Amino acid sequence: MTALPLAHVRALEAGRGAAAAFCGRLLACFGAQVVKVEPPGGDPLRREGAPPDSQGPGPLFLYLNAGKLGISLDLDRADGADLFRRLAARADLVVEDLGPGEMERRGLGYPSLAAANGDLIYVSISPFGSEGPYAAFRACDIVLYALGGYMYITGEPEREPLQGPPWLPSYLAGAYAFVGALLALWSRQAGGGGQRVEVTELEALAGSHQWTQTLFNYSGTVQRRQGNRYYFSHPNSVYACADGHVSLSVATEDQFERFCLMLGMPELREDPRFANNAARCANAQALDETVAPWFRHRRRDEVVALAQELRIPAAPVLNLGEVLSHPHLGERGFWQEVEQGTLGRLLLPGPPVRLGERATLGPAPAVGEHNRQVYGGWLALDESQLERLRGAGVI
Amino acid sequence: MQGEQGPLSGVRVLDLTRVWSGPLCTRILADFGAEVIKVEHRASRGPAVVPDSYARASGFYPGGQAGQRPWNRHGFFNEMNRNKLSLTLDLACPEGRALFLRLVSISDAVLENFSPRVLRNLGLDYPRLREVRDDIVLVSLPAYGLEGPYCHRVAYGTNLETEAGLTALMGYPDGGPQRLGAAITDPIAGVMGAAATLMALLRRRQTGEGCHVEVSQLEAAVNFVGQALVAFQIWQREAPRLGNAHPWRAPQGCYPCRGQDRWLVISVGSDREWEGLCAAMGRPEMALDPRFATFSARWQHRRELDEAIALWTQGLDAHEAMAALQEAGVPAAAVLDGADLARDDHLHARGFYVSLRHPDAGRHSYPGQPIRLSRTPASFRSDAPCLGEHNRYVLQGLLGLSDEELERLEAAGVIGERPP
Repeated sequence: MTALPLAHVRALEAGRGAAAAFCGRLLACFGAQVVKVEPPGGDPLRREGAPPDSQGPGPLFLYLNAGKLGISLDLDRADGADLFRRLAARADLVVEDLGPGEMERRGLGYPSLAAANGDLIYVSISPFGSEGPYAAFRACDIVLYALGGYMYITGEPEREPLQGPPWLPSYLAGAYAFVGALLALWSRQAGGGGQRVEVTELEALAGSHQWTQTLFNYSGTVQRRQGNRYYFSHPNSVYACADGHVSLSVATEDQFERFCLMLGMPELREDPRFANNAARCANAQALDETVAPWFRHRRRDEVVALAQELRIPAAPVLNLGEVLSHPHLGERGFWQEVEQGTLGRLLLPGPPVRLGERATLGPAPAVGEHNRQVYGGWLALDESQLERLRGAGVI
Repeated sequence: MQGEQGPLSGVRVLDLTRVWSGPLCTRILADFGAEVIKVEHRASRGPAVVPDSYARASGFYPGGQAGQRPWNRHGFFNEMNRNKLSLTLDLACPEGRALFLRLVSISDAVLENFSPRVLRNLGLDYPRLREVRDDIVLVSLPAYGLEGPYCHRVAYGTNLETEAGLTALMGYPDGGPQRLGAAITDPIAGVMGAAATLMALLRRRQTGEGCHVEVSQLEAAVNFVGQALVAFQIWQREAPRLGNAHPWRAPQGCYPCRGQDRWLVISVGSDREWEGLCAAMGRPEMALDPRFATFSARWQHRRELDEAIALWTQGLDAHEAMAALQEAGVPAAAVLDGADLARDDHLHARGFYVSLRHPDAGRHSYPGQPIRLSRTPASFRSDAPCLGEHNRYVLQGLLGLSDEELERLEAAGVIGERPP
């Protein structure tokens, strides 16, 4: 028995960022019916990253919304908000990231929707939450990396701190929110009804540090950025090879012994500068200079193979094209193929969890593509009623 | 015992995970009330004696002191393992495995983040666990996967990050590949592991059947670069290294402020925000300059703008500048270091940090739980367990062993409260 775990879950997603959309994507990956609610003019992120001479959605929208049903609805109009309320009465989940107070302003806050549907699980994601000194702050990736403590520890020590990959703070918050939604579903089955789930992008990042805060709290130590080197062990860095880079991580004495063996440099083990992990961290520069020529004279994949043979954690630094043609991911059937209109066949990452059967995701919807199916199916609106809503600009 | 509150109360989890991804995963389950029993080898937390020089240099021990029981005082372990119980067990010996299987028979889920052959070699793979508990949920968080050409490769998060493509999306424009300051793929896998556990439990409730669920840490991480992989297929080109710039926000960057290694980020996403920045800088004429009038003009002249902004920020206090710019509607932030982050007013005002007292490590503040549930919230019932602290509760309370049996196991080194 391998039924999709969320096969009977209906979710309504109202958002303007990537956080709610990523949460919705995860729900859809595991079988939930996810209805994406877009303003009649389309989601603000629809064209993000699209070639200027193209029509239709860009890569961010395509990735995040594959497999969802798309409806259009103007939440700024009273009749639009009313329609949303009626949909929410038939939903298990509402996922929103419109920003603190935005849903409430339209009469769509948790208490009003829960009054009609006590089992509703209401997931809110925002950058900072609705209270606290930063509540009214404007956010974007770099602001979140800076306040979330990731930026200070990233980059070269003699240069300015560096932001991380785009959208990651939002995705991470969406992933935590997904877990929150599952906890609320579990709890609802035990009785007691729905509830509100709240995740902020700031806390998602601040709660995903390895030891930044605890180092300070335990000993007053402030972790500084140190390029590609790792705070806690060395050699653990990115090394330049003849044709690319390898990320290699030695964390134990056994691994260091094998590392020296791999390099054919047993003398490193006798060198007092490298006698133990603390010494190697203190003398990381000297160690890296000593080993650099060995790496430079070998190909990246050869180094990875040699290291793996000796059970030393090492992986190549891949570019995007190489990720898409990764032999392991291909062999495992990881990629999900989607036919996306004029763009043709696209490969999307498969679900992050394998539990038997996998949902088949359709393409990302056009604006209002599933109006008839959702308004008809959920609310039993007929064609003339839909026509009237269309005429009035509600959908 | 301690898992009596929260939506997962009544769910018993055996936790074989180590380091970061797995413990973060089971910490989520424990925060929401699952009874998480960490099954640890006595040597798993390091040696019985830690030199004071190392304790001071590493920063991981309270006050830089290793103390009498250093294995209970390590900050990283304590941060990741609150709300959990500790049982020491040597799974390499038959008696340890037999006790583990007895525990499986009264548990709901087992979590592990070993490489795929470890459980098999221990004789504790999924088919074996099912023999003692038919509906057991086994959650595996392997680096690459339980199957596939790389399944036996070893990797930490620091390696998976570069292999998943995250590294291809960052770095200084004039530099090489750059890793993040912490291996973000670990929390990614941990959060997905919690989702995997919950989905397996939800399905078990519907069907009565357990399963072996898998989270490939590499695959989970690739989900975080999905938009870039689609963009690559559309544009047929690699993403440029943009440093602190942004493809549709300009100016954007990280600018030096007053003090040692203090920085401010600013990001202008609209003409209105641009006007706000010019006003805050006391340079209203820049807002009228046609070279900066539109996004594409500002993007074209972004280096010039970066220089002008850096000249302005270098005399400013980063926190004051952040407040003033945000007040003017301009996205900006001080770059918080570990001390700032641990003391941050906003995170404290929201009650994000939790203060817990540990018998061997003392009272400290820790990052709390990013997932907030209104009706069945997370609770913070106890700090990380001391090594073997719950041996008696688990082996006597749950399995009904006698005092004599416990003493014999201790004498044989199968269990214990000290590293060997």
